[in-house]
Amino acid sequence: MNDEPNSSALATTESNLEGDIALGRPASPEDLALVRKLLAGDETAFTSLIEAYHGRLTRLALSFVKTQASAQEVVQETWVGVLSGLKRFEGRSSLKTWIFRILINRAKTRGVREARTVPFSALGDGDEAEPAVEPERFRANGGWAEPPHRWEDDTPEALLLRGEARQRLEQAITELPPRQRTVLVLRDLEGVSAEEVCNIMGIAETNQRVMLHRARSVLHRALESYLDEE
Amino acid sequence: MLTCKELTELVTDYLEGRMGFADRLRFQLHIGMCKHCREFLRERKLTIGAVGALSPEPIPTEVRDELMEKFRNWNRG
Repeated sequence: MNDEPNSSALATTESNLEGDIALGRPASPEDLALVRKLLAGDETAFTSLIEAYHGRLTRLALSFVKTQASAQEVVQETWVGVLSGLKRFEGRSSLKTWIFRILINRAKTRGVREARTVPFSALGDGDEAEPAVEPERFRANGGWAEPPHRWEDDTPEALLLRGEARQRLEQAITELPPRQRTVLVLRDLEGVSAEEVCNIMGIAETNQRVMLHRARSVLHRALESYLDEE
Repeated sequence: MLTCKELTELVTDYLEGRMGFADRLRFQLHIGMCKHCREFLRERKLTIGAVGALSPEPIPTEVRDELMEKFRNWNRG
């Protein structure tokens, strides 16, 4: 099992089971090296892969399914999908995007079964335009009546060290409507590009941006109300 | 002239670089003159940064062992 797999196999154009669509950034040399190690049966490589991704996949899965138990099952299925699809990984997307896409395909199927999700393509109910800031905080001419108080902390890390800030933020993410949550997790926790998120979720760019705006506004307000009461 | 209320709704378009030249200029002009909106923008960026700095839960040991077993079987198969 120590044979180096033919590297050209990673660059073929044969279509992939999980839809390795050529959009967004292609796999990095590190990704390709990791895939070669995995295909060679390198256990250390697999350990580092699951340690890096398991928690992140669980968090992403929770935006599609109702319970922690379901999320765990989706993540397990994802790992099975990763292993069975690895030989066909072509490196046309990054390993991260490829793994997330497998998870989302699994999670969507299950989410539909559990009637948690509505189609990604529609904004639909529960996503009605909430203003970014409570309208009462503005005067009739649109200027601030109740301007934001200054936050003392200058870095996100300092902010998170504040008592319950981390908890409040985690809680607010949990309570986001499912699709907003998926967009937020992919964009702001995982650093996936807007283009890739649209591609993975099958939504339009403006739609993605509206959901991101609403989700960020909710979290901003959650942090603000916490810091104001502190 | 862009109002403060409007600015709070345009902040994502601004940060995403999805604004036309004129709108971007109006946005920046407002930020330059309004300290409250400057603070709003600063806090918005801090919020985004804080979300990005949240760390995921570590993988539970039993799950890791189970997955390693799957990997070994896959590798043999």
